[in-house]
Order: sequence, then C-alpha cells, then structure tokens
Amino acid sequence: MLSALFGASTLELLSFNPPGWGATLARGLLASLQIAFGAYGLGLLIGMGGAYGKLYGGPVVRDLLEVYTTVVRAVPELVLILLLYYAGTDLINRLLDVFGYAPIDINGLVAGIGVLAFVQGAYATEVLRGAILGIPQGQIEAARAYGMPPGTMLRRITVPAMLPFAIPGMANLWLIATKDTALLAIVGFGELTQATRQAAGATKAYFTFFMAANILYLAVTLLSNVVLGRVERWSRRGMPATAGAGR
Amino acid sequence: MSAVASLELDASKVGEAAEAIHVENLHKKFGSLHVLKGVSVSARDGEVVAIIGGSGSGKSTLLRCINCLENPTSGLIRVNGEEIRLKPDGNGGSVPADRRQIERIRSRLGMVFQSFNLWSHMTLLENVIEVPVHVLGVKRQEAIEVAERLLARVGLAEKRDVYPAFLSGGQQQRGAIARALAIQPRVMLFDEPTSALDPELVGEVLKVIGDLAQEGRTMVLVTHEMKFARQVASHVIYLHEGVVEEEGPPEQIFGAPRSERLKQFLRNIH
Repeated sequence: MLSALFGASTLELLSFNPPGWGATLARGLLASLQIAFGAYGLGLLIGMGGAYGKLYGGPVVRDLLEVYTTVVRAVPELVLILLLYYAGTDLINRLLDVFGYAPIDINGLVAGIGVLAFVQGAYATEVLRGAILGIPQGQIEAARAYGMPPGTMLRRITVPAMLPFAIPGMANLWLIATKDTALLAIVGFGELTQATRQAAGATKAYFTFFMAANILYLAVTLLSNVVLGRVERWSRRGMPATAGAGR
Repeated sequence: MSAVASLELDASKVGEAAEAIHVENLHKKFGSLHVLKGVSVSARDGEVVAIIGGSGSGKSTLLRCINCLENPTSGLIRVNGEEIRLKPDGNGGSVPADRRQIERIRSRLGMVFQSFNLWSHMTLLENVIEVPVHVLGVKRQEAIEVAERLLARVGLAEKRDVYPAFLSGGQQQRGAIARALAIQPRVMLFDEPTSALDPELVGEVLKVIGDLAQEGRTMVLVTHEMKFARQVASHVIYLHEGVVEEEGPPEQIFGAPRSERLKQFLRNIH
C-alpha cells in the first residue's frame, strides 16, 4: 500500500546510497539535533543566570534582564534569527577588524547554536524564575539556617527543589528547540529542513521528502517525551502522587 | 593558621561560665513596625531558656535574630563568645558583615522550625546527613552512622528512606530534630516546634525535646506549651510587645508572676 501511495521509487529515493537522499536527510537530522542540544544547554545556563539575576540581582541587572526577555519574546523568532545571524556575525567581524584581526568565517553550527540559545535563554529565564519562586520558602530558609554557602545551596537545594516546577516548562522549551532548528534553513544552514528542501528540489518528490522529514521530527518528539516523562517522575520522587503527574 | 584556630577555641572556652548565647539591647524594625525594642537574653551552657509571650510579642523574631535569619536593626549578638559582626545595610538596619562567619556560626546552631522545613527532595536519612556531609565536611559513611543512631533515638529508624511528604507532622518534626542534632549543635533553637502539629502529635515531639533538655543540652525554646516550658526550662522569659516584661526561674514565672500583664497572659492561656 505504501508503495502504491508513494510510487515505487520512494524507497529508492530515501535509500542511503546514491542516487538516494537518505544520507543527506540523516546528516540534516544530526545537525538539527546538535543545534537543539547545544542551544538548549546554553539556553538553560543563560536562563539560570537570568532567573537568579532577576530574583536577586541589583536594579541595573534586573532592568537589563527585563529588556532582554521582553525584546526577545516580543520579536518574531525568524526576524531575530535573520538579525542575529547576519548582523551578529557582521558585528563580530567588524569588532575583529577594529582590533586589527583578520575577519573569520563563523561556523554555521556555532552561529546557529548561539542564535537559538539567545532566544531560548529568554524563555528559560522566565520558566526558571517561576520555578524558583515555587520552592517552599522554608526549604531555602532551612538551608540558610544551617550555614550553607550560596553555591552549595544552589546545587543541593534550589535546583533539585525547583525541578518539579521547572520541568513542564523546560520540556516545552526542549520540544520548541528541536523544531526551531528548522528556522535556520532560512540562512542556508544544512539542518533537516534545508536538507529536505534540497532533496525535494532535486528530485521533485516533495511529498515523499517532507513526509519523511515530518516522521523524523515526530520520532524525535516521541523519544523526547519518553525521556522527559522519566525525568519528571524522578524530579517528583519526594512528592505524593497526584492525578496525572509525571505521566 | 593552627595558632589562630586554637586562639579562637580558647576565646570561646574562657568566656566566663561559658555563655552560649548572649543578646544585648536588640532592636528589630520591619519598616515602621518596631517588633523588638531593646531585648537582652542570655543562655549559659546547659541552660534551657524558654521564651513565651502572646502572638506578635516578637518571640519568634528574637529567636530568628540569633542566627541572623532576620537581620537585627541594631544590637549585639554573641554565640559561644564570638560576636556576630554586623554592618549597616544602607536602610537603617544591619546585615552580617562577614558571610563566612555567619555561615560558620549557623552551622553550629541546630534550628528547628514551626513548619519542619525538611528538604522535600531528600529522604529522611539524606536530610539528616546533608549538612554534616555538604557543609561540615564529614565523611559520608560516618555521617550515615551518626544519622542512623539519631533517627533511632527519635523513633524513626525504619523511616530512613521515606520522603518527608509521606510522614506525619510529628514524624517530620522528630526528623527535623534529628537533622538539627546531626550537626552536633552547641545550641538548639526551637521556633514553636509544636504549633503546626495536630494535638495528638504534640506529645511525641515534646517527649523528644524533653529528653534533650534532660541530658543537659543548651536550648532556646519559643513555645506556646506553658506546662512543657515549666517542666523543662531553667529560665523563662516573658516577652510583651517587644520588651522583656518579666524573666526568672519557671517557679517564679508560672507560680508567682509579678507583672500584671504576665498574670493576665497566663490566665488567658489556661
């Protein structure tokens, strides 16, 4: 039935050996995942710093972070990506020029991670800020009362205690990160969507390749859901079960 | 380095008859609200000081100022002979001047809260070994041995691997007392330890605290349990609107109160 729907040449087109484009799609998927992991990880760090800054920083830090989260969340991501990708790399090269260095060719992968992390960081700041505020105050107070230094408190109390509140939001952000990688196709970076466009354009088999890409994105999401569900259950280990928690 | 350390040790020992807690002329304002108006309290080694008073009298605030959970507006606080160095906070109050000093002092004060405040992501045993292992640098295995002994002592040996949310209030509070004991505190601070408990659970917690008093632990206890305060305290302080209205041995405070306000307070309690 599948071959009737897609035509006999579908499997040939998706084959890993030329003239099949399977290897191109696989490389695209790998690049997408690399960017998603990198951007999510870096975004998480930015978010943690941002949340701490917003909650405990001085007035200047708080205002700067407010501008950051407001602007990033106000401007369409596509516009931000175009802006940061072209203007950002241009700015770096200008700065290098000012200080007398030769311009560099910024690696697409690094630029992609940097741009998406900047966007993710703004959302993560808000998710983590809310999660930290969700921690019962007494648990932080107990840590202070026993003389825990700030670093130890962050590692041993604040982060584990906020996880149950952070994970639903952070899981959303991860799924968004995997799909935001597709936006990098606009700047010509060879991630899954760009690879799909290439393959489809060359073979005119648009339906086949975009369906294949959809299935790959879906597979990433389904696998993520399994992992995220486990992480959520683990983070809620000290909490009585409530209906539907950590499914 | 070692010379400095031994000097500090000596200084804390020679403080005449070893005053564990010494608070002098403590003021605390929350905005325009003047909660403590020049309170002085001291507790010698082995003494059990009970602080009583109506709600809003400032008794919890006083206790929380001892380890700077609340920053005093002004006043002097000495713990084991060491004065907590304070500096102005720029808003007319004061904050600890030296973070490491206050951390070191706090890590030897066993605080027990009204609402237990056990860390919910850790089992009971993990709660008890947390501070010894991650703040005081005790080896994990040693800390576990001590923790198991302490949990057995408060009657929770078989609950060691249970998370706090699955324990009753009384069990949580006994666990919190074990956590406080695990740091080998010089002084135990109790902030209304039975006020959040169902009436039938109060007894089991008071029994544990009473046993500690008996073995000669230094304790400062804020409580509403007058009968209990009378039994265990060696010195009782009655606070009224941020002032020490009357203080003395429990026989005097409860048996022959002098102040009109204290008489009225005791009448209303019973």
